[in-house]
Amino acid sequence: MGSNMAEAHPVGFQWVMEAKRKGATVIHVDPRFTRTSAVADLHVPIRAGTDIAFLGGLIHHVLENEAWFTEYVRAYTNAPMLLREDFADTEDLDGLFSGFDPGSGTYDTTSWQYEGGTAPPASGQRDLEQDDAEGSAEEAHEHERGQVAGSGGSPVETWPERDDTMRDPRCVLQVLRRHYARYTPAMVHEICGIPEETFRRVADALVRNSGPDRTSAFCYAVGWTHHTVGVQYIRAASVLQSLLGNIGRPGGGILALRGHASIQGSTDIPTLFDLLPGYIPMPHAHRDEDLASFIESNSGRKGFWGDMDAYTVSLLRAWFGDNATADNDWCFDHLPRLTGDHSSFRTVMDQVDGKVPGYFVIGENPAVGTANARQQRAGLANLEWLVVRDLNMIETATFWKDGPEIETGEMRTEDIGTEVFFLPAAAHTEKDGTFTNTQRLLQWHHKAVEPPGDCRSDLWFYYELGRRIKQRLAGSTDPRDRPLQDLTWDYPVDAHGEPSADAVLREINGSGADGELLPGYTALRNDGSTRCGCWIYCGVYADGVNGSARRRPGGEQDLVAAEWGWAWPMNRRVLYNRASADPSGKPWSERKALIHWDADAGRWTGGDVPDFPVDTAPDYEPPEDARAAEAIGGAEPFVMQADGRAWLHAPAGLADAPIPTHYEPAESPVRNALYGQQANPARQRFDRPDNRLHPEPGTPGAEVFPFVFTTFRVTEHHTAGGMSRWTPYLTELQPEMFLEVSPALAAERGLEHGGWAHVVTARSAIEGRVLVTDRATPLRHGDRVVHQIGVPWHWGPNGLSTGDAANDLLGVALDPNVHIMETKAATCDIRPGRRPRGPALVAFLADRRRAAGLED
Amino acid sequence: MGRLSGPLADPSGDAGYADRPERVGFFTDTSVCIGCKACEVACKEWNALPAEDDVLTGMSYDNTGQLGASTYRHVAFVERTVDLGMPGLAGDGGDATEVRWLMSSDVCKHCTHAACLDVCPTGSLIRTEHGTVLVQEDICNGCGYCIPACPYGVIDQRPGDGRAFKCTMCQDRLGVGLQPACATACPTESIRFGPLDELRAEADERLAALHDRGVDDARLYGHDAGDGVGGAGAFFLLLDEPEVYGLPPDPVVTTRDLPSMWRHAAAAALAVAGAVAAAFVGRTSR
Ligand code: SF4
Repeated sequence: MGSNMAEAHPVGFQWVMEAKRKGATVIHVDPRFTRTSAVADLHVPIRAGTDIAFLGGLIHHVLENEAWFTEYVRAYTNAPMLLREDFADTEDLDGLFSGFDPGSGTYDTTSWQYEGGTAPPASGQRDLEQDDAEGSAEEAHEHERGQVAGSGGSPVETWPERDDTMRDPRCVLQVLRRHYARYTPAMVHEICGIPEETFRRVADALVRNSGPDRTSAFCYAVGWTHHTVGVQYIRAASVLQSLLGNIGRPGGGILALRGHASIQGSTDIPTLFDLLPGYIPMPHAHRDEDLASFIESNSGRKGFWGDMDAYTVSLLRAWFGDNATADNDWCFDHLPRLTGDHSSFRTVMDQVDGKVPGYFVIGENPAVGTANARQQRAGLANLEWLVVRDLNMIETATFWKDGPEIETGEMRTEDIGTEVFFLPAAAHTEKDGTFTNTQRLLQWHHKAVEPPGDCRSDLWFYYELGRRIKQRLAGSTDPRDRPLQDLTWDYPVDAHGEPSADAVLREINGSGADGELLPGYTALRNDGSTRCGCWIYCGVYADGVNGSARRRPGGEQDLVAAEWGWAWPMNRRVLYNRASADPSGKPWSERKALIHWDADAGRWTGGDVPDFPVDTAPDYEPPEDARAAEAIGGAEPFVMQADGRAWLHAPAGLADAPIPTHYEPAESPVRNALYGQQANPARQRFDRPDNRLHPEPGTPGAEVFPFVFTTFRVTEHHTAGGMSRWTPYLTELQPEMFLEVSPALAAERGLEHGGWAHVVTARSAIEGRVLVTDRATPLRHGDRVVHQIGVPWHWGPNGLSTGDAANDLLGVALDPNVHIMETKAATCDIRPGRRPRGPALVAFLADRRRAAGLED
Repeated sequence: MGRLSGPLADPSGDAGYADRPERVGFFTDTSVCIGCKACEVACKEWNALPAEDDVLTGMSYDNTGQLGASTYRHVAFVERTVDLGMPGLAGDGGDATEVRWLMSSDVCKHCTHAACLDVCPTGSLIRTEHGTVLVQEDICNGCGYCIPACPYGVIDQRPGDGRAFKCTMCQDRLGVGLQPACATACPTESIRFGPLDELRAEADERLAALHDRGVDDARLYGHDAGDGVGGAGAFFLLLDEPEVYGLPPDPVVTTRDLPSMWRHAAAAALAVAGAVAAAFVGRTSR
């Protein structure tokens, strides 16, 4: 679901095909019939943006038919935990949970807590200084909490009350039951457009293939994350998979198919504003005054986050070397501090508003590749300087001379003050390094050829930039230059001046007092004796072997294939694999055995690296004052969670809901059939003239944009086209922008197969050639038909394969937890023929906005 | 040259190779093809073939169209609807009409009896030691006789060059023990390369497995040594009639009837000569 895996991840999809060859059932739930659907056993067309209703329907099915994995659920999930009496569900509040503040559009999540469990310590703190200035400090703070929770340490410090019979009306299982009571097959039909019969086929197949002897997996990609309730989509799958006992067991899980090569790597060692390597949060300006208070407010007492101080000190030692000492708080003050939301969209809007002078764009093409691309270009045009590093002369580097706004006359080249530096970049085949992909797998790639001409690797670029800046600042006495002066920056370079990627990986792995490479993160210390660039990657270079470069073919190994690449953490391939054994430590079944407790040896052992303190016996009960790994009970597999359990209800860590709830997309042609609350109440909104969203269904003007569109990718092109639209062999395979419509919509709107049409929103109008195809299915919603248009987003005006950019159509509305935009469901109109050009386009759009009541 | 039709166990032996490796070929299992076109691109990259027209054909996701002088692999995309006979739901009821999207990577069949080779007047087209059919670019004179001779329409002349080109089964890779580029690139092993006998056994197994699973439409194409080309060196597992994929249902080596044609032609020639002679005789006798 939420993934067109065959087209967007064809290489990984080989394993799905192999599973299918061995008898696996492949089900594809997707608004579009894609190449993935073509080879699936069943394709289920779904209205874009309604996956939570569908997953909720499956949860309802599992709960009402008592099809859950009872022992697993009782022992390993928080189903028996009791919730506080003041918790109110969406069933009680017509689509809201308790704690919502309509004024700020945010939740106070205190009432979501367990009965008897303490609130997260950080939640009580409020950054009053910043609240007045920006109003966004709290948002950023909420976000940090989400991140830490997402990767682990949501701090639940005391033992909540629980009822192991799971009958107490306030226990999570019963709360869940009431929450999903109305997610019936009939409701799934009404909301998603999926016939009850088809829904039952899926439910039966899933239940049949789950339990002690069998497991099922969900794969998702940006079809789930690109929504204003994106995090809750994944949460819904987590709830379902936890109920079915499909987490921590071979063949189970929820697999995040990442959107680009190494996008997993760029969250692990992040290019995100609010994280440090290994999901350590970025310190906050007015709260995290020193290392001790930072650790205090962010690390959990229990589980592997309990050692956050060791990870952080080792990171500071890796960065600042011998300059970081106990006396100067390990240079903790050198780290940048958050003052609010500095996420990508916020930053671009700040550019438009003239608050941002400079911008680096690396491996990205926001002028066509990011939602509301017009707004992105407006931001680019309002900078002092812009650095673009890419393989080709992408739109982001040329917007100032030939962008769409130049054609319409909205911008004039001579008025744009942005100084653009374009630096040619080396491709992945032209440099050494790693990719970290789906399954947290690091894979080394070797340089095959020298980059042509002036092209250089990103590593070279940053190394040189750092080196030259350090040189310039060498004599400075300004205290603000101290962090750069203190930074270690001593990578060996080869004859071409290229820094050694191998040395960087060694630094990431970390080393001990004598420079020896560390075996894994449990060796990290908080006393400065260890250095480590990213604690979760610690061990990738254990014993001096570059684990990521191992390439023993799968055929020569067992199913886990532990000697292909290296997976963080500790090369374990199945996270939470303690759950593959029952509470007493025996595999749930022979067929699905992975690790088990070997009582004689006193260790966990089996086919995978245990994701558990290796000598903690199944019957171990931690003493009251235990902390970190020692505080993990012997039958608590979810070692990164504060209570060791999988969370069906999330008592903390999320900004918008403790239990996944169906909300319509920010733009939808229909009303929410379940609640009065139409869309995610906590979504991030930006109501500005350059970001108009369409009227809610049923209000005046909504009829101007009656159809749904969803953006998608094809195999032949890569993301925003920087790597593919300049390649002749790919261009001949997909030469230009097209739009996929059903025969019914084509008839209704007079669209001709092979002819032109344009899609219109309040933001823009784009054109493409029409592909009328039976693969596009109109879906029923109650007594009306909802048409969905498929809009690929690879194109832009530059290169060999050209076309209008889909992202011009989209507005920006974000998930409140992770600031990700909704690109997979929005409303539009479609008309035959080409779009208006030049100033006529501006007038046309203004007219459409007026018709929809969005402009006077 | 040996036989022009019928089963032939060892075409390279028949062509006169004393020392020869096993006959190799392709088994393209379209039931696992995901239409990624990696085979098309890998082929063009390895063989340094030019990119062609950038036209959106409107034929599903197939913007290549057909095999040709610069396209040795071609992935066909066939969209079909199967009416499940649920009146009142079709078109707006989700999966009431089942859509099928077939993908299949086509290639030169490297026929056991190859008409292109039979008609080539220069000897440019040869049977290789691997049992494949190869155009030797340096010998081809561009006469084009091979083009209408191919029962599958595989081989073609390159505009601006004039010579004929087609799949070489990456002859230059086979020589050094590598697999052809397409088979190497294919992520799902839809394209399988290897000794033909092994591939045929594999194909039989795969077909039986699919039939067991109720995929009744699965069938092999080009697998039968008794067919019109003596069995193909590149054969397929299809999920529908060959015509659906644009493949001839019953291809016949166009030179099959050559021997008898020559016999008939010789007889006809004699008859004509006789008639002409008679005419002269007649004339002189007038
Ligand atoms: S590479 Fe393989 S899967 Fe991809 S189109 Fe070719 S035959 Fe099909």
